[in-house]
Amino acid sequence: MSKMRYSRRNILKGGAAAVAASAFPAPMIWAQDIKNVVLRQAGTGVSAFNEVAAKVKEDLGFTLEMTALDSDAVTQRAATQPDSYDIADIEYWICKKVWPTGNLQAMDISKITNYDKIAGTFRDGKLTPDSVIAQGTAPHTVGFVEGPGSTTFSTQDSGWMTLIPTIYNADTLGIRPDLIGRPIESWAELLNPEFKGKASILDISSIGIMDMAMVCEAMGEIQYADKGNMTTDEIDKTIGIFMEAKKAGQFRAFWKSFDESVNLMASGEVVIQSMWSPAITAVKAQGVPCVYQPLKEGYRSWGGGIGLSAGLSGLPLDAAYEYINWYLSGWVGGFLMRQGYYSAVPETSKLFMSEDEWGFWYEGKAATGDIVSPGGTVIEQAGAVRDGGSFLDRMGKVACWNSVMDENQYMVRKWNEFVAA
Amino acid sequence: MRRANLNSWLLAAPLTGVLVMFLILPILLIVAVSFWTADAFTFRPDFQFDNYRYLFGSAVAWKVFGLTFMMAGIVWAVTLVIGFTIAFFLAFHVRTQKWQMALFLLTTIPFWTSNIIRMISWIPLLGKNGLVNQTLMGAGIIDEPLQWLLYSSFSVCLAFVHLYTLFMVVPIFNTMMRIDKSLIEAARDGGASGFQILTNVIIPLSKPGIMIGSIFVIALVMSDFVTTRFMSGSQLANVGRLISNDIGLLQYPSAAATAVVLLISVLLTIGAMLRLVDIRKEL
Repeated sequence: MSKMRYSRRNILKGGAAAVAASAFPAPMIWAQDIKNVVLRQAGTGVSAFNEVAAKVKEDLGFTLEMTALDSDAVTQRAATQPDSYDIADIEYWICKKVWPTGNLQAMDISKITNYDKIAGTFRDGKLTPDSVIAQGTAPHTVGFVEGPGSTTFSTQDSGWMTLIPTIYNADTLGIRPDLIGRPIESWAELLNPEFKGKASILDISSIGIMDMAMVCEAMGEIQYADKGNMTTDEIDKTIGIFMEAKKAGQFRAFWKSFDESVNLMASGEVVIQSMWSPAITAVKAQGVPCVYQPLKEGYRSWGGGIGLSAGLSGLPLDAAYEYINWYLSGWVGGFLMRQGYYSAVPETSKLFMSEDEWGFWYEGKAATGDIVSPGGTVIEQAGAVRDGGSFLDRMGKVACWNSVMDENQYMVRKWNEFVAA
Repeated sequence: MRRANLNSWLLAAPLTGVLVMFLILPILLIVAVSFWTADAFTFRPDFQFDNYRYLFGSAVAWKVFGLTFMMAGIVWAVTLVIGFTIAFFLAFHVRTQKWQMALFLLTTIPFWTSNIIRMISWIPLLGKNGLVNQTLMGAGIIDEPLQWLLYSSFSVCLAFVHLYTLFMVVPIFNTMMRIDKSLIEAARDGGASGFQILTNVIIPLSKPGIMIGSIFVIALVMSDFVTTRFMSGSQLANVGRLISNDIGLLQYPSAAATAVVLLISVLLTIGAMLRLVDIRKEL
């Protein structure tokens, strides 16, 4: 019997990669056994790419089965059916909801090779030493627990992580610069009567309410103590303002799925709306100008990570750690960065991106050649600069994180009234 | 004799089994779940009326039920007029059976595409920069694009009519084909005008078809949620969307209660219609 050969070694190139590989403590796993391991990953669609599963098979030898569900369904599954998944690929606010059920197990950071290289946002909440921590469910507040088996979140790095961060981004409004024809600088523009019948917001309550809050605060109508955890009074006021706007005909439509937001924007039905980064790319790929507009109040940010089911042990658990270490080793990071997301370990992703790609997506530099999407279409030509600039510019201006409120049930009922009104 | 009796029981058994397993039991289960309690993640057996109390106490729910009935009424009236006209044309004006079948197949065109494609394809037609608005503006009839063409109750009704007229055409066409042509000749010989033949002979004899079509259309419109969501740009809610929202938020008991109320109201509507026409007798 021969020990498993890490094909990652063949793929990683250069000295830095060799260092990373030799620092990696190879566990005693027999190649034959690990090939039979099947890890079932349930998660939100953002990071469920078939390319990733195929690469896992190629690099690590075992099988990764991915199920993509919407946020609500993932939350439900993680909370109620712990036996139906091995790996939960969820957002941090979902983690806050799910962790108390005890269905996920804490991860030992000493087994995570690239732990030190994970962006500060996920460790102490500070991207740079002088960053201010944003409102909402900031990832580091639910990123650690006291120890194995603990259900209380730790305020600092305890050595036991809830989720290993994988993917995150800063969201803002998408606009059609050609149809607006003037600079847009504030979230308040979403309710500007100038765009009556040409605005849209997403119909996913937990995220939509945050966009609403950004708008209400920018308009100076409401001052929130914490946008990520509103009082019932604040919820009433926020929804009230939007209900009035809806009745006055401000909104052309609401959208729930990615493709709806793309259609609304590309057809010109809507000129300003809540949007996600890959949707902007999709609109641009159709040759329609679209900008992911940076706004002075900052971004609404979100982060996702992978967690381990409490039932995972033995060989599959070792395989899961293998998978996590592989995830942070760069290939996936590069893949996600080309979609406009950020990788939790930017340094390693750099090894898998061309200098021009790295400059464009991460450093905010002008592209020197064509920028190609993972699907192969040219989305930016030489000279283009990413909306919002560099990683530090964008992630440094986060105003609030996606979150789950104490008054969640109340908010959801109000949201339904808003949609039906 | 006994053997024949047993045979008929055996013949009926598979269908009965299927209906009990896949229709009766699930409905009973939904009724049972509607009395359960739920919190953020779990729901557990219970017997309480909170779900119904919330439903009947909520102004939004009343409004949504009202809108659902209104939509069903409008769509029913429009599909009836269009469906009856098409069936009448096919049955009495098209002479050869070959052409009747060819034209009949044409009416199924709306079903050749998926919901998503249909939803997208309305944008170039009804959108702000769509064909209709461009034509009207080009002809100088309007100065600004009409907003209400798309993402409005108009567009929802339009999509329903587009989809469900077929369900009116088929049964009405079917009953009309069975009308004895000599009855019409007799009416004409008796001196009846075309309109009198229509109201005194054809409509009464087409009643069963009209009723079956109406049941299809009303049941389909009242249970829909996808068309309403897409065509109103998520801005209108009908009962189906209330249920799907609840399910999305893991509030199964409350979704079940809404479903039970919807089921009862649809059954009552159809029951009332059947009181007007005894389908079995007329068939």
